[in-house]
Amino acid sequence: MDHLETKTYDVLVVGAGGAGLRAAIEAVDQGVSVAVVCKSLLGKAHTVMAEGGVAAALATTDSRDGWRVHFRDTMRGGKLLNDWRMAQLLAQEAPARVRELEAWGALFDRTPDGRILQRNFGGHQYPRLAHVGDRTGLEMIRTLQDRTVQAQRIDVFMECTVARLLTDDGRISGALTYRRESGRFLLLRAKAVVLATGGIGRAYKINSNSWEYTGDGHALAYDAGADLIGMEFVQFHPTGMVWPLSVRGILVTEGVRGEGGVLKNSRGERFMFRYIPEMFRGDFADTEEEADRWVADVIAGRKAEARRPPELLTRDVVARAIAQEVREGRGSPHGGAFLDIASRRKAEDIRKKLPSMYQQFFELADVDITREPMEVFPTTHYMMGGVKVDPESQAATVPGLFAAGEVAGGLHGANRLGGNSLSDLLVFGRRAGAGAATYARAQSGEPGVETRQVDAITAELLAPFERKGSESPYAVQDALQDMMGTCVGIARTADDLQNALAALGELRARAGRVGVDGNRQYNPGWHTTLDLRNLLTVSEAVTRAALARRESRGAHTRVEHPDSDKRFGTVNVVVRRQGDAMTVVEEPIVPVPGELRDILEGKD
Amino acid sequence: MEAVLKIFRGDATSGAFRDYTVPLDEGMVVLDAVHWVQAHQASDLACRWNCKAGRCGSCSAEVNGKPRLMCMTRMDHFPPGEPITLAPMKAFPVLKDLVCDVSWNYSVNRRIPAFKPAPPEADGTWRMQQVDIDRVQEFRKCIECFLCQDVCHVLRDHDRKDSFAGPRFLVRLAGLEMHPLDVESRGAHLKEEAGIGFCNITKCCTEVCPESIHITDNAIIPLKERVVDEFYDPLRRLWRRLRGSA
Ligand SMILES: Cc1cc2nc3c(=O)[nH]c(=O)nc-3n(C[C@H](O)[C@H](O)[C@H](O)COP(=O)(O)OP(=O)(O)OC[C@H]3O[C@@H](n4cnc5c(N)ncnc54)[C@H](O)[C@@H]3O)c2cc1C
Ligand code: SF4
Ligand code: SF4
Ligand code: FES
Repeated sequence: MDHLETKTYDVLVVGAGGAGLRAAIEAVDQGVSVAVVCKSLLGKAHTVMAEGGVAAALATTDSRDGWRVHFRDTMRGGKLLNDWRMAQLLAQEAPARVRELEAWGALFDRTPDGRILQRNFGGHQYPRLAHVGDRTGLEMIRTLQDRTVQAQRIDVFMECTVARLLTDDGRISGALTYRRESGRFLLLRAKAVVLATGGIGRAYKINSNSWEYTGDGHALAYDAGADLIGMEFVQFHPTGMVWPLSVRGILVTEGVRGEGGVLKNSRGERFMFRYIPEMFRGDFADTEEEADRWVADVIAGRKAEARRPPELLTRDVVARAIAQEVREGRGSPHGGAFLDIASRRKAEDIRKKLPSMYQQFFELADVDITREPMEVFPTTHYMMGGVKVDPESQAATVPGLFAAGEVAGGLHGANRLGGNSLSDLLVFGRRAGAGAATYARAQSGEPGVETRQVDAITAELLAPFERKGSESPYAVQDALQDMMGTCVGIARTADDLQNALAALGELRARAGRVGVDGNRQYNPGWHTTLDLRNLLTVSEAVTRAALARRESRGAHTRVEHPDSDKRFGTVNVVVRRQGDAMTVVEEPIVPVPGELRDILEGKD
Repeated sequence: MEAVLKIFRGDATSGAFRDYTVPLDEGMVVLDAVHWVQAHQASDLACRWNCKAGRCGSCSAEVNGKPRLMCMTRMDHFPPGEPITLAPMKAFPVLKDLVCDVSWNYSVNRRIPAFKPAPPEADGTWRMQQVDIDRVQEFRKCIECFLCQDVCHVLRDHDRKDSFAGPRFLVRLAGLEMHPLDVESRGAHLKEEAGIGFCNITKCCTEVCPESIHITDNAIIPLKERVVDEFYDPLRRLWRRLRGSA
């Protein structure tokens, strides 16, 4: 370990998406030393791809909105399995976090009276998403990125991947990373680590995520002994592109439906009217006429008095409906549903409100969305489950470890509402930064790092170079993605889940035989090999948690148990490492206190 | 159907173009072809990508000599049967294969004087009209693909990275200078640090911008006017101020 490059910080932030950057800004403001590491270049994290907007009850577009309504929508969207305290904090603090972005230079679209314009989204009762056309994530990440680089005290290590967390006597003491450019290791010692690594979408073939989303943070936390919760809840976004093959899975923003787009099957029928669940029956239009009135009001910028169209039901409901229409033979030519905005809005409005969508379909699919409908099918999109955290400080169950953003669990319960992720990043990124800074300041002395621990890890990371050519990392990843799509997809059976566990065992053995060619410099084959370990861990966690939850709720559907079960409504499924074995236990969730229960029941 | 890709393989010290034959699928883009090569023929082929939808600006390269996003370039854009050449951006040092060292851009960004807002209104927020921010929103569409930097002759052929910030950062500066809330003055920075005088308005940058930002007309030319006003013609600056266009 003598030749190993080493640096020391108070707080190490893993990830440079919205959550990581917001955490770093907060931590440095609190006066501690901070480093940020990310797998790609700065500004390329997933957050940059977010399209639709950031949910915050600013009440600038509809004055009836407020934190209570946002809280209720979030809890109902999550099928009441959310950590209620996190949902409350999200609803209460999101408006201030969005305004803060404006003070840092972000420019959101405006209302006629010059305030922040908000758009409608699934599951939100009022127009609530502050946005910039359909490139809200770009605006957010650029604003945070500029703020980060201006704060001269934050060191950013780009294209630097955390391979393992280090612990000293049960506490976090840093992380071992490798730099893509040179393949060399960099040891970062830190008193506190904030995980802000995003999701796990690459565990599935059809997904809207980038190569980075291999569940690293989930696996790193698990390896370090932290609890994971809600791992059975993987969000399949209802509208991914289906054709051509090259773009399969790429996201079509919910903003299309928020702007009035409708879903139809091959018979031209607006099928969503047939899928309104009991819980939401009173809140959605039951005739096309009423739904159209709502759209007309929204376009005219009036407060909508009609109820909203069923296309804006929560994502779990819409995704299942599309899958069922296709299964029952009413799909589009390439096996999806039709999403039509062309017949609903003027061409120039579409180009103005959805410019990236227009371009994406025009250039990649030869479809002009101002003239013809799109074809869409569900795509793996978001991970609700993640590291179990304290709602106030985002502390995980391992001392010194914190988590924020998509990698953290609890906030979204069984299903996330669109737009709630971007506000999650801001609200809980800030809280994690503060939590980690406070924790780091309270530690006396430098965290210890054991040479033997580091040497063992580096040897393991380099092992694939010794095993030249037996299995290709890409082939193993491919097989894993196929298997997860088939066995642990939208609708799950006990048999499929058991088969998945068996298949994971075989895949793990194959991963152990992967060899890589070439040298350590910028070698994607090697990086894919290292990512595989994380993908296998999170895939197993999703599968085991899905087996344990013998009911259907939100994004998790068990074919043999099609209904929600009251008992499961009061527990989290917790995944935890015990030695080398993955264990699954049920833990009761803290009940919602009285005054918040009144809000949920509409008695506020 | 197949296509032949000639891909640069090598690093800062040496390298050569190598041929790879790739099967074609309907709607395939160049990045798909590169991924196919990685999965089947050269697992250590280095390239950057993230979104595969033209949003993140990671996958920049020179395709048949033209700076492009590989994820937004369709294979059927090229005449069938002819090989397609893939090379890293020329204006930056090669790290490996299609990946180059773009860190210089990040250091330029660090030196730009930060956004400084005017005090908010009594309720702690700001009012802005959409028409007043349309222009700045155009600049903020930039995905930092650095294709404009790659094509600009001041950086590409004359390597004036010591004295010219390049079109990307003139766009960023324009976004700050024309931000309705910003009160910082960046005239000296534009002239001395960013070296705006080096731009001779060839418009090559505008032509390659995947976000269709009117880099030259909307960002650089108005900034040049500001610099002229501030340093050489204070009266005209005052006049513009009074007319409310500065
Ligand atoms: C196409 C698309 C559209 C979306 N639209 C919306 C929307 O409109 N509204 C909304 O609210 N949400 C939206 N989402 C969801 C939202 O964008 C993401 O959930 C959110 O951006 C995640 O942010 P994050 O900060 O948690 O992580 P990310 O932004 O994903 O960042 C993760 C960071 O962690 C780094 N990292 C990961 N592993 C490691 C490691 N091992 N070592 C070092 N660094 C690591 C990565 O490099 C990256 O920098 C969308 C998602 C997608 C894919
Ligand atoms: S217009 Fe100016 S910045 Fe753009 S390419 Fe020409 S010289 Fe470079
Ligand atoms: S201005 Fe255009 S070409 Fe230049 S970096 Fe930005 S998006 Fe790319
Ligand atoms: S991969 Fe994001 S722009 Fe090409």
